[in-house]
Amino acid sequence: MAALLGRSCRKLSFPSLSHGARRVSTETGKSLNLYSAINQALHIALDTDPWSYVFGEDVGFGGVFRCTTGLAERFGKNRVFNTPLCEQGIVGFGIGLAAMGNRAIVEIQFADYIYPAFDQIVNEAAKFRYRSGNQFNCGGLTIRAPYGAVGHGGHYHSQSPEAFFCHVPGIKVVIPRSPREAKGLLLSCIRDPNPVVFFEPKWLYRQAVEEVPEHDYMIPLSEAEVIREGNDITLVGWGAQLTIMEQACLDAEKEGISCELIDLKTLLPWDKETVEASVKKTGRLLISHEAPVTGGFGAEISATILERCFLKLEAPVSRVCGLDTPFPLVFEPFYMPTKNKILDAIKSTVNY
Amino acid sequence: MALSRLSSRSNTFLKPAITALPSSIRRHVSTDSSPITIETAVPFTSHLCESPSRSVETSSEEILAFFRDMARMRRMEIAADSLYKAKLIRGFCHLYDGQEALAVGMEAAITKKDAIITSYRDHCTFIGRGGKLVDAFSELMGRKTGCSHGKGGSMHFYKKDASFYGGHGIVGAQIPLGCGLAFAQKYNKDEAVTFALYGDGAANQGQLFEALNISALWDLPAILVCENNHYGMGTATWRSAKSPAYFKRGDYVPGLKVDGMDALAVKQACKFAKEHALKNGPIILEMDTYRYHGHSMSDPGSTYRTRDEISGVRQVRDPIERVRKLLLSHDIATEKELKDMEKEIRKEVDDAVAQAKESPVPDASELFTNMYVKDCGVESFGADRKELKVTLP
Repeated sequence: MAALLGRSCRKLSFPSLSHGARRVSTETGKSLNLYSAINQALHIALDTDPWSYVFGEDVGFGGVFRCTTGLAERFGKNRVFNTPLCEQGIVGFGIGLAAMGNRAIVEIQFADYIYPAFDQIVNEAAKFRYRSGNQFNCGGLTIRAPYGAVGHGGHYHSQSPEAFFCHVPGIKVVIPRSPREAKGLLLSCIRDPNPVVFFEPKWLYRQAVEEVPEHDYMIPLSEAEVIREGNDITLVGWGAQLTIMEQACLDAEKEGISCELIDLKTLLPWDKETVEASVKKTGRLLISHEAPVTGGFGAEISATILERCFLKLEAPVSRVCGLDTPFPLVFEPFYMPTKNKILDAIKSTVNY
Repeated sequence: MALSRLSSRSNTFLKPAITALPSSIRRHVSTDSSPITIETAVPFTSHLCESPSRSVETSSEEILAFFRDMARMRRMEIAADSLYKAKLIRGFCHLYDGQEALAVGMEAAITKKDAIITSYRDHCTFIGRGGKLVDAFSELMGRKTGCSHGKGGSMHFYKKDASFYGGHGIVGAQIPLGCGLAFAQKYNKDEAVTFALYGDGAANQGQLFEALNISALWDLPAILVCENNHYGMGTATWRSAKSPAYFKRGDYVPGLKVDGMDALAVKQACKFAKEHALKNGPIILEMDTYRYHGHSMSDPGSTYRTRDEISGVRQVRDPIERVRKLLLSHDIATEKELKDMEKEIRKEVDDAVAQAKESPVPDASELFTNMYVKDCGVESFGADRKELKVTLP
């Protein structure tokens, strides 16, 4: 770490994704869960760039969700280290490190704890390049945080704060839906020349298992993916919610409704074209996320699609989201946007 | 371990005579409130202030109450452990066993007008403030009759009538709040103080220093108490703090380091701190304590410390055993009486658990209540949208 201080700013290199990049989704690999896929991505990131660092609370022994297992042993305590309990300090420190041309991969233990760092992210990280006239930037900064409901998390271990960050020009917000996606997206985020906030659905850390290719691959940011084709209604979601939405789509199919399901992947800046094209085809849109409905990111998607596809819409845009309450403890099953709520909304939208 | 300075009682010549007396006469001794002075085993270390005296004034009544309250807290935490493993308590559960001396010692020095605010490890603090066992268990199990009506859970116990401003989930966030409470107390000329408790992990939060500066600037009666159990989750203090002398961290704010496993030392320190805070403004108390359980029920507690360390502390520094030894050596109670008391407490706790298990869960409509003063027209749909559109008042 002391060696860093004597160096002047390094120009970060950013391998660009060629348009002919291999389609990862058809490749086979090893069966991994989400935290192992993220772990692999981190190993590759640290391996390919000697000026990258992973730090946060308890990352040294592997982290509370095991995403950083083996990193300290392999790359040393100078590159993978624990920080004291101070989110504001951790992110500020990461911004500084990134401003000197390094890749700082910061872990915030739970997204619920990211708020002390909110000022640093919004006022420092997001505006650095802009206010210095491109003299400086903290593009090497990637902040990873587990987010989302987990069944018993209560107020402070279940929040989905993505909407707050989507309101900040200057940073990117990315949310993967599965292990294979997570590895590719995380590597893209780390190598993206902009500060990125990467939310990992904690429910899926162990639950989601998928074949993940073992090599180094990147999935492009700001490109949404149509993961299920259909004709009657477009559903847009991200992260763990997609699993629920997929089940609703299967149920809807039994009732003769053909659903198109889109994984947004990057929320800021989001792929408006893909969603627009889909809605122009189906004429109906439903958005679902765990965060409370008022002011959630679904509102942004709804407003934009309305602007672009007004005449093609057959029904109002539907949002099936968390309720407008703090994330409850005992009431979690009522709060969550469940499969039945989504199915119900699909039917009433189609029958409008 | 603790030396006593009783005048005639420790005379061994008299001892056999006393034990031969019928129990009715001995009963009188155990509820005596006449003063006894006991010296703390470990001296206080101070920073920018005088240490309080090691001689603590107490009474046999008080020491017995310490024993009873701590035994009750200990049993409650152990019962919570089993309930969690039986999945009756869900979510997170952070247990306080080992640290009971802090809760009882503090209570002995203050009144219910003094405010306490703490972190998520709040079950015993709640009981210390006069909370009932059944309210605690109900809240843990998310029942309507819980102290926060089942909406808070383990981390959010509150008791307004005892000035217990609760349990907080975000580490360190309660400290500026506590200083705000102190401001209100000073403004209202309450002659009361606020104890803001936090852990060694939270001691590195920036907001602590912000709050400390403000409290010192405005001479607020705020007492910041660092419950140093030496591990912030799994991180030992030497790995997270450049200066683990938390009582000195206040820099310009005086501090005191206290043996947090000695209820009498805690009492003395809190008494001293209260007097100090009312006259001179903030002070930091560092309580050297230890938790037997891991950080929470998901933490076995043995991956970052050895079992020998845990059992070593249990053998040498356990707060309840200390008080038991005091009671026995001062003939305030016999072994049998203490064992009977513990049996009674066990039953009390079991009854409370049983009662709590019978309580109902809150209504579904409670999901929406108390967000605002009058919840503003929140709409809720059932799974079938055509059903029940509830608009709350």
